[in-house]
Amino acid sequence: MTIRSLLIANRGEIAVRIIKAAKALGIRTVQVHSAADADMLAVKLADEAIDIGPPAAKKSYLSIPTVINAAKRAGVDAIHPGYGFLSENGDFADAVEAAGMIFIGPKGDAIRLLGDKVAAREVAKKAGVPTVPGSDGRVDGIVAARKVAETTGFPIMIKAAAGGGGRGIRIANNMAELESQFPMASAEALAAFGDGGLYLEKVISRARHVEVQILGDGENVVHCYERECSLQRRRQKVWEEAQAFLLPARVREKLCASAVALAREVKYRGAGTVEYLYDDETQDFYFIEVNTRIQVEHPVTEMITGIDLVQEMIRVAGGARLSVTQNDIVPRGHAIECRINAEDATRDFMPAPGQIGRLSIPEGEGIRFDTMLYAGYSIPPFYDSLLGKLIVWAETRDACLDRLKGALQQLEIGGVPTTVPLHLALAGDDSVRRGAFHTRFLEAWLEAEFSRQLQSKSEVA
Amino acid sequence: MSIKQVRAPMPGTFYRSSGPDQPPFKADGDTVTSADTIGLIEVMKTFHTVAAGVDGKALRFLVDNEDPVMAGQVIAEVDE
Repeated sequence: MTIRSLLIANRGEIAVRIIKAAKALGIRTVQVHSAADADMLAVKLADEAIDIGPPAAKKSYLSIPTVINAAKRAGVDAIHPGYGFLSENGDFADAVEAAGMIFIGPKGDAIRLLGDKVAAREVAKKAGVPTVPGSDGRVDGIVAARKVAETTGFPIMIKAAAGGGGRGIRIANNMAELESQFPMASAEALAAFGDGGLYLEKVISRARHVEVQILGDGENVVHCYERECSLQRRRQKVWEEAQAFLLPARVREKLCASAVALAREVKYRGAGTVEYLYDDETQDFYFIEVNTRIQVEHPVTEMITGIDLVQEMIRVAGGARLSVTQNDIVPRGHAIECRINAEDATRDFMPAPGQIGRLSIPEGEGIRFDTMLYAGYSIPPFYDSLLGKLIVWAETRDACLDRLKGALQQLEIGGVPTTVPLHLALAGDDSVRRGAFHTRFLEAWLEAEFSRQLQSKSEVA
Repeated sequence: MSIKQVRAPMPGTFYRSSGPDQPPFKADGDTVTSADTIGLIEVMKTFHTVAAGVDGKALRFLVDNEDPVMAGQVIAEVDE
């Protein structure tokens, strides 16, 4: 079935991005919005807009019946969930299908399977993908936990099987800590997630976060190479690159092939990301999880491959085969994405909603700004602080960093503090230029290097 | 007897307890001291505590749990 109309069950910059992709395919767009989002850019750009309720996301964007009713009322063929909200909710995917529409993403069963961390690890193992050394699934009590720790060594992570987003994780540095933490972690997991199940994973220190973009049509799967996403604050990515420039070619080949093997195992349909930890020293990589949706950082992959991932998602959801084969996908140059948030980098990243005054967006070769901003727009306080993503491409990584600096200097967002100063500092940092960073680099750098720079600036002023 | 106002320090969603299954920080009619936490405001997915900022005998909330609030909006009154 061909998709002629599409409801966007999301907001912000990704809603704008989906509308643009749909328009390029000649598809009619219907945008849902909460009462707080009536003025958002996606509402202005869509062919039709529907108010789905109060600002609180659980009463609007997260309410499955409300979104389904809006889609039925609008008579659309399909629903795109974007990222966040209902994008990785298997029950939502099922509800969309049960209502006779197409869900732009994998089947509900695939979402549930890959969303369960223990089950996903089993799928990875079956596909021959290396997993972080640890328990085979859930651990039945402390005796079994002790056995696992004896094999993997310390430090070891105790993780809630039902956890997510960094919640439900404890680290034990020795056997005594494991013995005392294990029962507490189980009780906590039960209280927080309604499931006391735990599993164990060895801690990989000084690892990089590397992830592979995959695309599937339910039969064929290709990869669109990998991204380097190690610069994180509070487990949230801040800056992403494509490709992972320090990865040896041999490792890259194995890494990407393993992601394809995993996706084939579940007959994956849509865009997805297989996330790994990569250890520079041993050159080993380990599977962490699969994200069964489009990701915030997808544009860096688009910039180096020339593939429009959102259009491809829509096409395969409509029943088309993938428009590219693996041989067609040839990465070119280097791309970096900076997440521009409404946060005051000088005041511990305090979020700062407000009204956008003057807006000046850099343009030119290799520069892309995905955003929902316009001059005069009032950013509501109810959702996340992402204002837009500055994506810069150039032939080499060095040239890309230079172009990024120029673009950041030209980017002017009046009215609210943003994380532009943070990105300017990172773009000018020697460690970042050398690629000498890992997943725990940024927080230490913020405390030492960034605060030193802020201090010397305030002294000059 | 005079009435003092407690204003929202920032815009966002107001919560009267630290979690859905937790009791409220304060009930209507409670006495408060300036440092007492009376609620949380969620702004852009981060949570900030709201202190009463005044000492008083009887606290009265003017907004409900999970109501959206604007910066500067009066969220409670306190009888001195």
